[in-house]
Amino acid sequence: MSKNRGVIVVDTERCKGCGLCIVACPLHLLTLSDKAVNMKGYSFAIQAEWERCNGCTSCAVVCPDACISVYRKREDVEGVK
Amino acid sequence: MTREEIIEAKNLVYSKPALMNDNPMHYCPGCSHGVVHKLIAEVIEEMGLIDRTVGISPVGCAVFAYNYLDIDWIEAAHGRAPALACAVKRLHPDQLVFTYQGDGDLACIGTAETIHSLNRGDDIAIIFINNAIYGMTGGQMAPTTLLGMKTSTCPYGRQPDLHGFPLKITEIAAQLEGSCYVTRQAVHTVAAINRTRRAIRQAFQNCMEHRGTSLVEVVSTCSSGWKMTPTEANQWMEQHMFPFYPLGDLKNTVTK
Repeated sequence: MSKNRGVIVVDTERCKGCGLCIVACPLHLLTLSDKAVNMKGYSFAIQAEWERCNGCTSCAVVCPDACISVYRKREDVEGVK
Repeated sequence: MTREEIIEAKNLVYSKPALMNDNPMHYCPGCSHGVVHKLIAEVIEEMGLIDRTVGISPVGCAVFAYNYLDIDWIEAAHGRAPALACAVKRLHPDQLVFTYQGDGDLACIGTAETIHSLNRGDDIAIIFINNAIYGMTGGQMAPTTLLGMKTSTCPYGRQPDLHGFPLKITEIAAQLEGSCYVTRQAVHTVAAINRTRRAIRQAFQNCMEHRGTSLVEVVSTCSSGWKMTPTEANQWMEQHMFPFYPLGDLKNTVTK
């Protein structure tokens, strides 16, 4: 068996913290930064649990500011159906 | 597997379209304009028309569209984008010519230009962003504002006896002989965004194949003007906008 592993990279200076990616993520892996803000004073999206991400690109597709890049790689997993 | 092993150039599956430059967009957080800009950039790249595209930007929030997409742009006077697009297409028939207009631009001050352009069947594509409000100038009532909807110039809600009824310009466009493709889409979910991408591609193809005018209405949010969070605005749009502005193709004479 193999499964997709994904990682997103957020351009934090471009992000305006609208939160649409958080709603769009089917696995609910995204959140807004708690205290950190970018140069414009916005909280930005962060991937809280990257280990479960499968790289579906939903967050990046809905992002109005095109600040999310998605990387996806297949990983061989033994003993998982 | 570590993060660094996954973050490699060969594993990149989605990122900002190459046609979109690095200028941060001036739109409010969660604005639908950004998504539509991205879709236009992707479709133009897919079709290989980067150096053969002329966009006409309107007056409204999208007035600065030329700052974000690296194609040729012309800035039209308020509402006059279809007239300008018609001229460009007639002088350069091999170019992809599209207008990008909001509801205040297309459905109010530019109603005459829009209707006559659609009726003439100019070979242009019109992208129409309908957020039922004048977003740029502070959320005033637009012709497309829903009945009962509160804006800064109708704080008690739009009333038909005082303000008239909302204008369904896309339905009017579908009646006209010159239009070949009239559709209404949205960009609030991944599935809707994919449908809008296909609609924009169809409209651009019609433009290149001289089939007539295509109108793609995108029902959008204006979270600042509606005074909601972006997520609430999307929900409000689904509950209130979609019953009055139902999504789907209204006319398609090109593909059966």
